[in-house]
Amino acid sequence: MIFVFIEEREQKIKKASLESLSEANRLAKELNTNVEAVMAGHNLEPLAKDVLGYGPSKVYLLENTLLQKYSASGFSSAISSLVEEIHPDIILLAATAMGKDLAPRLAAKLGVGMATDCTETRVQNGKFAVVRPIFAGKAFATFTFNSTPQIASLRPNVFPLEEVGNEQGTVVKKEVVLSEEKILAPVDEIIREEGTALDITEADIIVSGGRGMKGPENFDLLKDISDLLPHAAVGASRSAVDSGWIDHQHQVGQTGKTVSPNLYIALGISGAIQHVAGMSSSKFIVAVNKDPDAPIFKIADFGVVGDLFQVVPHLKEELKKSKSD
Amino acid sequence: MNVYVLVKRVPDTESKIRIDHEKNAIIEEGLNFILGPYDEYGVEEALRIKEAHGGKVTVISVGTDETKVILKKCLAMGADEAVLIKDESPETYDGFRTAKILEAAFKNKFTDYDLLLFGKQSVGADNMQIPAMVAELLDLPQVSVITKLEIQDREGIAHREIEGAVEKVKFTLPAVLSAQKGLNEPRYETLKGIMMAKRKEIPVVNLQDLGIDETRLSPQVELVKLDSPPERKAGKVVEGEPEETAKKLVEFLQKEAKVI
Repeated sequence: MIFVFIEEREQKIKKASLESLSEANRLAKELNTNVEAVMAGHNLEPLAKDVLGYGPSKVYLLENTLLQKYSASGFSSAISSLVEEIHPDIILLAATAMGKDLAPRLAAKLGVGMATDCTETRVQNGKFAVVRPIFAGKAFATFTFNSTPQIASLRPNVFPLEEVGNEQGTVVKKEVVLSEEKILAPVDEIIREEGTALDITEADIIVSGGRGMKGPENFDLLKDISDLLPHAAVGASRSAVDSGWIDHQHQVGQTGKTVSPNLYIALGISGAIQHVAGMSSSKFIVAVNKDPDAPIFKIADFGVVGDLFQVVPHLKEELKKSKSD
Repeated sequence: MNVYVLVKRVPDTESKIRIDHEKNAIIEEGLNFILGPYDEYGVEEALRIKEAHGGKVTVISVGTDETKVILKKCLAMGADEAVLIKDESPETYDGFRTAKILEAAFKNKFTDYDLLLFGKQSVGADNMQIPAMVAELLDLPQVSVITKLEIQDREGIAHREIEGAVEKVKFTLPAVLSAQKGLNEPRYETLKGIMMAKRKEIPVVNLQDLGIDETRLSPQVELVKLDSPPERKAGKVVEGEPEETAKKLVEFLQKEAKVI
């Protein structure tokens, strides 16, 4: 059986968890097995129906007021007890901030190794195998597992969503035995800056600026462009972040985030190796740079040689026009 | 306060990664190895904690003798002690293996810890596993990917980065934390620090000294194959009047990328 952890934040299911569930369905067909899902938290029942739409035969709800606030210790305790009861062969989680915090604690509790942030799963000689980028994407490593359950976290925004439509699965409420001493370092509060946009790891389009942006004030220009595009966020290169022009949350590359959006727009970014590692799996790459020899043009699907401060204002106008058409 | 910082020797981020397909390993020849960039934030934070609260900063790495170079750097930054846990086995990419070595180290040898600080991940294996695994194995609170830290007596508050927001987390010591960029600005080594680090002995601890049953260390994930990323081909490049090139760009977004 393939077991998928479904993450809920503020009464909403994470899209990345449904992507993992979709991938579990594809794997289950190949392995001739079934898929079950698990949620942990408080007051989860209203969300269970949405999960069933993605085809699991069961959704376990682990509810306890001690799970109302996320803690890796509490969540891993609750999930591992269930795992020891139902013995899944494979456990999948989305490699979100929560998934990356929870999965290794769960693995250690179960006494097994795991693979983080995988971008492909497959069945190889009858065995479950995963592919994951290492060195932020400068190489790809294929792994199999020597222990069960086989645990893998899957990178968000990589695996296609596939709703099944028939909600034939059942909701199983499980009593969770937890004592307060088991809850170590629970989240006290979520601080969301006002108007905080989409995270770059979750965006379909990233409008990214580098050294060529020349200063912090010009990042407003990128914000304007990203506002005109669907599901878009603003990214940045390391030099822009290290110059203090924009917060490191936006940094793409080896000491930032690795992203795979549908479209990556690189403005004033030369294409240093550590940056390219973090974005070269984007479906489409577009670049504007005044240096015709900039390495970014070697990987861009469409490049404009020119001064971005002249090109981007026109780009903004054209995008506005296309929107009103 | 006894702060331990766990660090790893990694290729610098400007490195091109080449693969030896026969050995199924990264070619280390010609690579420039450095202290993990996130580990550096860990070392800096430990030094700041010591400056504010007193105590001792000990840096530990699991690796080969070559790892001593990065431990010397940590000493030069101001760490009091550095210890090498010698492990000659090649990279397994199994974070749980290293976590079990550290579990033994903290259960059997370095038992006086108040805080274990890690980088949020190595830049290489990119596993992000070891801090949470060590926290579990030692039954400690964990806060990963932190960008802010305050410690008062035995209580701490950390900010942890999540998608588009920050989680404020309260914990009690001893605890495991992992550092994200933004936590601090690491200091440079001083000349005096470098001189002192040169003279300082780095004790070497073997896996046997830690009472580890090596049969427990066989890798639980098996590296089957290493591949280079798929090559991207250069596409169309246009030059000319900004008005025209912007128009062509939007046309590409509409007709080829089909995003608008």
